[in-house]
Amino acid sequence: MSATTTNARQGGKLSAGNLIGRIPTLGVYGVLILMFILASIFVPGFTKPQNLTNVLQHSVVLGLVAIGQTFVILAASLDLSVGVMISLIGVATSLLISGRVSMILPAVIVALLLGILLGLINGLIITKLRVNSFIATLGMMLVLEGALFSRFDNFAGRVPRQFEFLGYKTVGPVPVGVLLMLAVAALAWLILRFTKFGHHVYGIGGNAEVSRLSGVRTDRIMIGAHILAGLGAAISALFLVSRLRTAAPWIGKGLELDSIAAVVVGGAPLSGGRGSVWGTIGGVLILSILNNVFNLLAVDAFLQDVMRGAIVILVVAFYSARLRK
Amino acid sequence: MDNLQHPLPSEAAVSLQGQAPISSYILEMRNITKAFPGVLALNNVTFECRRGEVLALVGENGAGKSTLMKILSGAYQADSGRLILRGQEVNFEHPREAQLAGISIIYQEFNLLPDRTVAQNIFLGREPRRGPLVDQARMVQETARLLENLGVRINPQTMVGMLSVAQQQEVEIAKALSLDADIIVMDEPTAALSTYEVDNLLDLVRRLRERGVTVIYITHRLEEVFKIADRVTVLKDGETVITTGCADVTRDDLVHYMVGREFSHYFPPKARQEDITDVVLKVENISTNNLLHDISFEVRRGEIVGVAGLEGSGRTELARALFGAERATHGSITLNGKPARFRSPRQAIKSGVGFITEDRKKEGLVLMLSVRNNVALPSLPARQRIGFIRMAEERSLVANYAELLDLRSVNDRQEVQFLSGGNQQKVVLAKWLATQAKLLIFDEPTRGIDVGAKAGIHQLMREIASRGVGILMISSELPEVIGMSDRVLVMHQGTIVKELPGADLTEAAIMRAATGTDATNGSQQGVSR
Repeated sequence: MSATTTNARQGGKLSAGNLIGRIPTLGVYGVLILMFILASIFVPGFTKPQNLTNVLQHSVVLGLVAIGQTFVILAASLDLSVGVMISLIGVATSLLISGRVSMILPAVIVALLLGILLGLINGLIITKLRVNSFIATLGMMLVLEGALFSRFDNFAGRVPRQFEFLGYKTVGPVPVGVLLMLAVAALAWLILRFTKFGHHVYGIGGNAEVSRLSGVRTDRIMIGAHILAGLGAAISALFLVSRLRTAAPWIGKGLELDSIAAVVVGGAPLSGGRGSVWGTIGGVLILSILNNVFNLLAVDAFLQDVMRGAIVILVVAFYSARLRK
Repeated sequence: MDNLQHPLPSEAAVSLQGQAPISSYILEMRNITKAFPGVLALNNVTFECRRGEVLALVGENGAGKSTLMKILSGAYQADSGRLILRGQEVNFEHPREAQLAGISIIYQEFNLLPDRTVAQNIFLGREPRRGPLVDQARMVQETARLLENLGVRINPQTMVGMLSVAQQQEVEIAKALSLDADIIVMDEPTAALSTYEVDNLLDLVRRLRERGVTVIYITHRLEEVFKIADRVTVLKDGETVITTGCADVTRDDLVHYMVGREFSHYFPPKARQEDITDVVLKVENISTNNLLHDISFEVRRGEIVGVAGLEGSGRTELARALFGAERATHGSITLNGKPARFRSPRQAIKSGVGFITEDRKKEGLVLMLSVRNNVALPSLPARQRIGFIRMAEERSLVANYAELLDLRSVNDRQEVQFLSGGNQQKVVLAKWLATQAKLLIFDEPTRGIDVGAKAGIHQLMREIASRGVGILMISSELPEVIGMSDRVLVMHQGTIVKELPGADLTEAAIMRAATGTDATNGSQQGVSR
């Protein structure tokens, strides 16, 4: 009634707070723009077109795997095995192709199926065996890593020139890889925003019990999210193989943590239920710019890690503080 | 879009309801009995509601209201008894089944996702689709219509977390209706609302009734019973006392039905006047950001001061403010004459305040640690040398208190999760005694403890007081308040409305003050002592 209207605090109105609530990525892009401006002013060579293309090109590997990671983190899970999945799928693809053009298509299909299968196994362990996702995917990571390194210790297989278009071709000034990443991101956004599955991912991440009581099939949703994380890793591996022209058992190393960092910097808390793909892309770009700036300034590699770690913590602390208000 | 299926009960159903014989019950719960280990929560309770009425369910804390509603919702199963819905016997094994049968419960803690929009929350799990995609437009539109039908103005696309508590409640109600619920249970819906928001909610409940929805309204606030309910059922100690039309009873009658019981428990003698000495705690006009305002009182050495009041009256908040878990924004607190507006529990502990929380398992004990480690926890800083704990001293400390508390049968290395409720509470007591506390605050000291152990805890509290400790005891159990307190402070809506001397306490006098029945003549009474 009219009584309710007068008291409607932020109820229906489009206040500033409400706007931030609706566009959770606002903070991420604020940080990104700030960083871009600072880099443009203080880092010589940063704004050269060639360098900016580099930044984008560089963000593709991380971007693809982080998009998959976004699904599991939104569902209040996480996947520590995506890094080694990339190594494994990369090596498998490279070996299967072994320079033969005719094997490209079958290899790509196998790569994607492998990603789906590994994600499915993660999802089943988490939901059916009720193993905490951190432990389940840590275990998966160790298993895959051990298996991979027991067979391979160096570069294995190679891909023909035709497969390199993914990593090197450009459409106008834009690399194909970047377009791929944006297309995957758009698809992920579509899924999260417009499908029942997407809504339920947010639901189980926000409160699994509430969702269950509302009739959401929580286990299936969780498994689905993990499958998408595996698929993201597979696509990322394909791009990486194209870029490297071959693969080695360590190519995905560290990407599991980097992808989690990107999602979190992108505004999604590890507790799930909040965040978006575009936030993740923002987070990926932030990390890529950071990386690029460090390289341009020739910062010592170890110091880079120190600063990257500190910046991730700062950004997330900033979101936290803002949220509390 | 106008021919969308209407989620509210149809016009036909409403008009039909007008002609239905008035004696027909939509819901009958017959001879429901439910026991938990050590407690008979419900004893042969019969509860009936008519279609389209507002039935208030009242009773003291622990009377069994929530248990009864949890059985109705399928969250608990009754040990015996029958549940008859629309003339048919049903048996819910899961909350989902009750929901499908048209029963919705709106709990005090809402079942909403704060980071999703109103529309997304209402349609969670039942999102309308067009092809493979969720039909967002329709979802928003139906939500808008649903809210409009309720006379509520909330934008369906607002994040639920941005809404006020009152608005979230309205969303819950809308969700219940969208599930086609025709029986809605509201558990203390007004506990967190302002007076103004309460009026709105009551309006909403009236509109639900006009639609033919049956509302079971659980409340502590008797004034609301008379404002909104057609009939009222009183539960006491797990039994139905009476079900009657609201026009046929007075508020005093209800109070009498709620509390009228015999004492069956021996309490230790109260303190003699000469044993109550210096002021330990002096509180003057404190307020906090959330609920408390203008609170003043004293606690003296050797005295047990009871704090009574209904849930949500601010009792626990008061304890937390005294203990530094919440900041007092105004006023002054002194402990033995020294300023004591603590900024953290750590500060409070160091200054000699102990807090025995209501929820032993969550806040009072580390369940996986041993008895010894639990007892020594808050006093550790005082018992270490260059960072190392003096084990021997810790052992003897625990042994001392084990004797005092009659915990001798318990091995001090045992994990406390395996102890009985009574022994757990003794461990908590030992823990705080070991800190040499000057003031102990008890929040529900005997909740969930069986009758035999209760007497033991009461005895101990009295003994601790007689050793010169000031005790502030928050309790919802009126016999306990009456039996233990040398003085009683009654709280209502965030402040102390009455102070009663320990000598001739009656349950009725306390309940009258606590329900705001005589708030008109007592808002500052007894405070200036």
